[in-house]
Amino acid sequence: MSSEVEAAAPAQSITTISLSGIGKAFRVYASQWDRIREWLSPFSSKRHEQTWVLREITTDFKQGEAVGIVGANGAGKSTLLKIIAGITQPTEGALHVAGRLSALLELGMGFHPDFTGRQNVLTAGQLMGIPLQRLQALMPEIEAFAEIGDYMDRPVRVYSSGMQMRLAFSLATAERPEVLIVDEALSVGDAYFQHKSFDRIRQFKAQGTTLILVSHDRFAVQSICDRAILLQGGTIARDGDPESVLDYYNASLSKTQKITQRLQDGRTATVSGDGAASVSELCLARGDERDVDVLCTGDMATLTLTVEAHEDLDKLVCGYAIRNRLGQDMYGINTFHTGHPIGPVRAGERIRVSFRFAMNLGAGEYSIATAIAGGETHLEGNHEWCDLAKVFTIINTHQKAFSGFVWLEPEVEIEALT
Amino acid sequence: MVKQHVSAILEYRDFIFASIRREFEIKYLNSALGALWTIINPLALILIYTLVFSRIMQARLPNIDGTYAYSIYLCTGILLWSLFSEIALKAQTVFLEQANLLKKVNFPRLCLPIVVVGNGLLNFMIIATLFAVFLALVGSLPGVEVLALVPIVALTVWFAVALGIALGILNVFFRDVGHFFSVVLQFWFWLTPIVYPLTILPPMAQELMTLNPLAGLITAAQDVVLREMWPNWASLAPAAVVAVLMSVLAVRLYLSRGAEMQDEL
Repeated sequence: MSSEVEAAAPAQSITTISLSGIGKAFRVYASQWDRIREWLSPFSSKRHEQTWVLREITTDFKQGEAVGIVGANGAGKSTLLKIIAGITQPTEGALHVAGRLSALLELGMGFHPDFTGRQNVLTAGQLMGIPLQRLQALMPEIEAFAEIGDYMDRPVRVYSSGMQMRLAFSLATAERPEVLIVDEALSVGDAYFQHKSFDRIRQFKAQGTTLILVSHDRFAVQSICDRAILLQGGTIARDGDPESVLDYYNASLSKTQKITQRLQDGRTATVSGDGAASVSELCLARGDERDVDVLCTGDMATLTLTVEAHEDLDKLVCGYAIRNRLGQDMYGINTFHTGHPIGPVRAGERIRVSFRFAMNLGAGEYSIATAIAGGETHLEGNHEWCDLAKVFTIINTHQKAFSGFVWLEPEVEIEALT
Repeated sequence: MVKQHVSAILEYRDFIFASIRREFEIKYLNSALGALWTIINPLALILIYTLVFSRIMQARLPNIDGTYAYSIYLCTGILLWSLFSEIALKAQTVFLEQANLLKKVNFPRLCLPIVVVGNGLLNFMIIATLFAVFLALVGSLPGVEVLALVPIVALTVWFAVALGIALGILNVFFRDVGHFFSVVLQFWFWLTPIVYPLTILPPMAQELMTLNPLAGLITAAQDVVLREMWPNWASLAPAAVVAVLMSVLAVRLYLSRGAEMQDEL
């Protein structure tokens, strides 16, 4: 099925949702009496303060596009979803949605604990606007996807939360919508079902569904989304490819004074930190060959960081992470975890830290992120965090051909059993 | 704009019917006596009033004789009153009660009070049927005049739901409205000739009573059931006027404040 589906995937050109200048303000009255006075007053006297939670949101979502919306709590993510889903009216701006929209803001809405799964599917489905006949036709499929067996005919009150979530998700995605909005609802459920539901979402996307996903899960956003939007204080702070937006968001989390982004190899590199120390030189060596961009699977590599302190520091932690093209960490470590404490360091002093390791990675493109901090995590005293500090390529010339990111060569033994 | 709302509700008619059924089923799903409880409550009320007023206080209805006359009078009034108060009270709290649903799912909100009306009518039908059986047993089943009950009941429901929706919207913004209305209903019950006949009041009070839209409705129903006569249609006018005014108010409130309601839930 999937190959047909992908072949038929439409070009991302048709706009399904367009937002222009969307803003949302809540009215805050000093007291209930102020509200009564405002309502009853024949002259339009304003007695409320407006609290803006969203402002100037202008963007388009295309057919078949998957957009991740990230941001801290209170950044306005849920309000934006509710506005797109038509649940809340925007205070200003214009919204246009083309086609059927399905919003999974909370799974299991309209379920009543005393009724069976089957009965609940019918009522909750009608609440979503699916006609009864259509639901009855979809029932076998909903049942099969949920995989809850006999529980289908038992009251929802005896379900585990995972079962209820399976059934609710199965119902909510029984029909492919033009627009699918998913709030963090999907983070529940076991790994197997999460995988299954993500597969279904990917299929929808391939068939042209516009997906809008709110998640704090970096992996989820990066593996599904083509684009990410960072909301900060109710406005769009960043809009671009998931990797750079998430790097920026990650950097902004560590409460640093300055964040800079520059282009590195066509991708956006993010540098953040308080600047108390920085990496002045980064060198990746292959054996005796310094500064290489291409390495072979299994090569001995040396990563050397030259760190310069700009202030007097009691202690220093130096680390790096190797990431694949999707921004997923392949491996990461720092001098705290290796047990090599550094410091104290005086302002102006320079330190060289070398990491020597076998490059047991599969063919592909990788990047190195570096971190210099005062503590073991980058959130505590982040001096410098640099994403995409270096990009390099791994080719496999010496080893047997294999697939995947890591080189886990097995020893093979074959015995004939009679 | 109104048309748009109406067509959205029509699209959800399956959901409305399913919800009415569900509400009804919830009532007896987890209880042994089930639907009986729907009947037991008003039955207890009628029994108490009959005992207190008819037996202990020796109340008699003027110009009408018969062992069951007072009970029939009382039943008719309470039946119609319960229909009115159930719908108005539930419609008034339905938005607050279903706040979570309203905040998470996009569907026509007015489906909720419509489900309330459906359930109110369903309960009413059950008790009314039993009441009819009782009337048949004691041999005082009214004749063709019974048809007059259709517009009376319809008008009662209309008034109740219009009032309920208007109050329901206000209740979202001003929670005092709900508490206040429960108190008002208590007074309203005793200011309506349900337990006592209108004629025992002094003439001045009888005049004032015509301003109570429910008095006209309930008196008309009592005329039909007890006196087996066509009601005085003019006495329904106040109820009709108030129902229209309430509907206008409810629609205006819904159109102007409906969207804002979401932010207050």
